[in-house]
Amino acid sequence: MNFPEELKYSQTDEWVRVENGIATIGISDYAQDALGDIVYFEFSVEAGEQVKAGGQLGQVDSAKASSEVNLPVSGVVTEVNESVSDDAEILNQDPYGKAWLVKIQLADPAEVEKLLSAQAYQAYRVG
Amino acid sequence: MFTPHTPKDVEVMLNTIGIGKVEDLFAEIPEKYRFPELKLPPSLTEMEAAGELESIANANGSTKSLLSFLGAGAYDHYVPAAVDMLLQRGEFYTAYTPYQPEISQGTLQAIFEYQSLVCELTGMDVANASHYDGATAAAEAVILAYHHLKGKRTKFLISRAVNPQYREVVRTYTQGSHDIFIQGDDPETGLDASMEKLIAQIDSNTALVMVQYPDFFGRVIDYKPLIAAAHSAGALVAVAVNPTVLGVLTPPGEIGADIVFGEGQPLGIPLSFGGPYLGIFAVTNDLLRKISGRLVGETVDNAGRLAYVLTLTAREQHIRREKASSNICTNQGLMALASTIYLSLLGKQGFEAVSNLCYQKAHYAASQISSIQGYSQVFSDQPFFHEFVIRSPQPVDHLLDDLRAYDILGGYNLGQDYPELEGCLLIAVTEKISKEDIDLFHDALVEVTHD
Repeated sequence: MNFPEELKYSQTDEWVRVENGIATIGISDYAQDALGDIVYFEFSVEAGEQVKAGGQLGQVDSAKASSEVNLPVSGVVTEVNESVSDDAEILNQDPYGKAWLVKIQLADPAEVEKLLSAQAYQAYRVG
Repeated sequence: MFTPHTPKDVEVMLNTIGIGKVEDLFAEIPEKYRFPELKLPPSLTEMEAAGELESIANANGSTKSLLSFLGAGAYDHYVPAAVDMLLQRGEFYTAYTPYQPEISQGTLQAIFEYQSLVCELTGMDVANASHYDGATAAAEAVILAYHHLKGKRTKFLISRAVNPQYREVVRTYTQGSHDIFIQGDDPETGLDASMEKLIAQIDSNTALVMVQYPDFFGRVIDYKPLIAAAHSAGALVAVAVNPTVLGVLTPPGEIGADIVFGEGQPLGIPLSFGGPYLGIFAVTNDLLRKISGRLVGETVDNAGRLAYVLTLTAREQHIRREKASSNICTNQGLMALASTIYLSLLGKQGFEAVSNLCYQKAHYAASQISSIQGYSQVFSDQPFFHEFVIRSPQPVDHLLDDLRAYDILGGYNLGQDYPELEGCLLIAVTEKISKEDIDLFHDALVEVTHD
């Protein structure tokens, strides 16, 4: 299982990468593995929308479960990766790459600091 | 009385939980409410009880002995004997919605065939395994639209010409919600066939527009302008349909409806004093993940043999729990099967013939009745299917009472739902009604009409 060093993680299994005040968000390798075969992803947010940390980002359905994906940070959604709703399987194949979900213009960069480091998240999930 | 436990069993159980007698279990209940006197009459023998129940049942009027022109949502069509014969086979009759679905291949195949027939009839992509009835299907359409638009739109427009009972059930279903507002069915918006006043209310907060085809008054309205207006505002369109009409008229799926639902009772299900009926529900592929209820799909097993499965269950309440858009996971299995057998027996041409007969006979009836002095057809400038509105020169409840003396159910009193149609009667004609029956109805109306 892969826990890239440069990313921050939430306890609800989302990852965040920040570049120039823009946070890219996805679900972790651990999350995709735990869900199993992912069959469907639906966004709850759209580009241009003002969102708050803790709100719902989307809904992911696998063959055995349906779960909510949360927003780890607040801000304005600048981009939504529609290719995930067209082909949800890429969440299993490339959760840190092609299957990023949304980009958010950060309202409060301090929120990112409160997220888990790769080591802390790995320790939290796999011990 | 059947009691499964012997006195010895009871004693063991009482000892186990440490109480002396069964009555002690009810000690919590205030004494005066315990073991009330029921004042039942002395018991009857089986023969006496059967006679008593039969005499109560005989007090019911039914379409077996009455000539019925009553529709308004439930219709007296002929049901071929084979429908009941096949339906009452133990393999189908005793089966509930399958909880271990894959071993119930026969039930699943029947549901799959039903879904395919509904898609064929309505012109839609996907149909579920059914809902309870037309009214609950209407409520599901509202809930689906709300969730599809992520709860961001709160206005739900329902035409006043949608069955009043459907509108009432929608309001009952959604009464606990703080962001579903049902409107558009007020007297001010009215019943104008142009739909202009309803279209004017469509805006960027509108989630759904619901209309009926034919509408509650039997009118066949062209909904294309309304559908175009709804879609350009980003709203969904749900069309309540009477399936009988689909034998001859364009299905709503072909004019752009997103959801087509309706009362499936006309498809081989007897009136039965109001139920069980069948809620038809079908959507476009875009809404595949939002449709509530069960869905059966066709596939192959690991040996390549044809097999049926419940599919897309991730939508369902037992997986999605409180996030599910609907809590409905059941269906009207037996009634769906009845409609499948009915449609299969009639075939394409047979169903078209039923549809045509209803249309032709209703038009003959409308012209006969509106030719009577004092009677006139309302909405007479608009096309109608097998139901029409007649304005009567005398109060409708009196008229209906008078007609009962001729063993005729004359129709539905519209004044009870529509103050603006006080004095109007909704008359339905199915293929069961003969020309002689219509002439009889005409003559009875002439006789009961006083100057």
